[in-house]
Amino acid sequence: MFDFYFELPLLVRLLLQGTVVILVLFPLAAACSMAERKISAWIQGRPGPNRTKPPLAGFLAPLGLVASIPVLGTLLQKLGIFQLAADGGKFTFKEDPVPGHVNKFYFILAPIASMIPALSTVAFVPFGAYFDAAGELVPVALANVDVGLLAVFALGSLGVYSLILAGWASNSKYPFLGGVRASAQLISYELSMTLSVLPVFLWVNAPGGQGTLSLFDVVQSQSQPGFWGGTWYVMTMPVSAFIFLIALFAETNRQPFDMPESEADLVGGFHTEYGAFKWSLFFVAEYAHMIVGSGIFCLLFLGGWNPLPWVPLATVIDWLGFLPFAAHPLFVGLLSITLFLGKVGFFIFFFMWVRWTLPRFRYDQVMTLGWKKLLPLSIANLIVYALGIAWLQTR
Amino acid sequence: MAVVTVERKPLTFLERTYLPNIAAGLATTFKRMVQPVETLEYPEQRPAIPAGYRGVPTLVYDPNGREKCVSCQLCEFVCPPKAIRITPGEIAHDDANAHVEKRPEEFKIDMLRCIYCGLCQEVCPEEAIWLQNQYSMTGYTREEMVNDKKRLYELGGTLPDTHFKWDKKKAAEEAAAHGGAHH
Repeated sequence: MFDFYFELPLLVRLLLQGTVVILVLFPLAAACSMAERKISAWIQGRPGPNRTKPPLAGFLAPLGLVASIPVLGTLLQKLGIFQLAADGGKFTFKEDPVPGHVNKFYFILAPIASMIPALSTVAFVPFGAYFDAAGELVPVALANVDVGLLAVFALGSLGVYSLILAGWASNSKYPFLGGVRASAQLISYELSMTLSVLPVFLWVNAPGGQGTLSLFDVVQSQSQPGFWGGTWYVMTMPVSAFIFLIALFAETNRQPFDMPESEADLVGGFHTEYGAFKWSLFFVAEYAHMIVGSGIFCLLFLGGWNPLPWVPLATVIDWLGFLPFAAHPLFVGLLSITLFLGKVGFFIFFFMWVRWTLPRFRYDQVMTLGWKKLLPLSIANLIVYALGIAWLQTR
Repeated sequence: MAVVTVERKPLTFLERTYLPNIAAGLATTFKRMVQPVETLEYPEQRPAIPAGYRGVPTLVYDPNGREKCVSCQLCEFVCPPKAIRITPGEIAHDDANAHVEKRPEEFKIDMLRCIYCGLCQEVCPEEAIWLQNQYSMTGYTREEMVNDKKRLYELGGTLPDTHFKWDKKKAAEEAAAHGGAHH
């Protein structure tokens, strides 16, 4: 089976890989909306959506059959999985009105434009790894390029264009304000975010080595033997991780930084005039950004697919040596992807947890925090680490 | 009143970063998340109705199965939204309760008008109309929302009685008739 796959032309393989990743990421992002509803509910002492159950008749019969499995069906129903399917159906088929006062072309372009960076950044994120025949660790990624992080930043920040476009094309004041806030917020926090990851790459690119911005190499440098080789960068560079996380919240427009949406003062912000499928595209894009952003945080600071600090993937595979298939690339790959997705899942949860803990910042507070606190802090952090790394690596 | 100026303590560095408070907030929300939910899942789980609850007005039987209402129409007159309509009727002479003389032939409460004020229950000299536990009335038409006599007795059922006013009256009358014969 593997031979057959590897004998396919490269273009076909890349197409297949890309389709698979999108087919996983898109529903995952959609599932985040249900996770959001459930976690909100639990934090507020409610059970959340737990009623929807597909009927055992008509075109929904296959789903209904799943729902009628004794324990599993009830569990899925309680977790709102069928509600998720119903939501998807609703967003796809309900009437999608376009208000009369909007600029139709850009109005329709905006949600499409939001999906492109959201689904393409994932191409540069290695989400797992396996050992090839030579015993080398090979990343599972669509494109393991040397400019990895730069490509993610470059594409990821395009996401805000869709917000600005939506705000402008809606041709009414609240969406417009939302779009303006989105762009201001992106500029304010992108700086700190970029500056905060520089120490990591200063450390990874030791003198004498080959220069790289690859996310895979960052994980590799966190899975070396020895005490300092196995530490995660969140321990050696906590300030960087902290700034990156805050900037990530701001970049993905999550509470407490959801200025562009800010339903209390801007109705719905940039998506005020949107409904149905176009609206859901914005939200799938937001969740996709969250997933990719959390993934990058895990790769940079939390050792990627290594289960614990000082316990790299290779060690775990050694421990699992009693299993006959432990060294099989498929097993190693799936194990690493599971570990990685577990970490990402925790961060998705963390995003939602913070949402129901912190109130939204006022707009001027967001700007003060970005320019007067985080930016100086990240510059100071960069200088301190640059000097420290220079001293350590040239000793 | 004297004005007392309270010194405001300057915030410490940690407090100004908000971080300890954010951590405390996260702890609070997490604790809330692992606690059991507060919600009653309504149609399956019903709330406990406290005593003295004023739900849908109903008509009741006494423990002997006699309908208590004597169609005096006080409730009809007192009803502020005029939700009650009573058609009084006579009890036949050969009936066991013939001494009560009157009962309602028809008794209608329009639940679209009823305001659940409980004045009907308060005014009733026979303790025949009671606002009981039922709190949810639904129907597809206006007609369905009018409770007629049959439905009112179905909803009301039988309530305990301590007086047995009409039985005592009958007994007293019989005793008097008896005694009168002796004298």
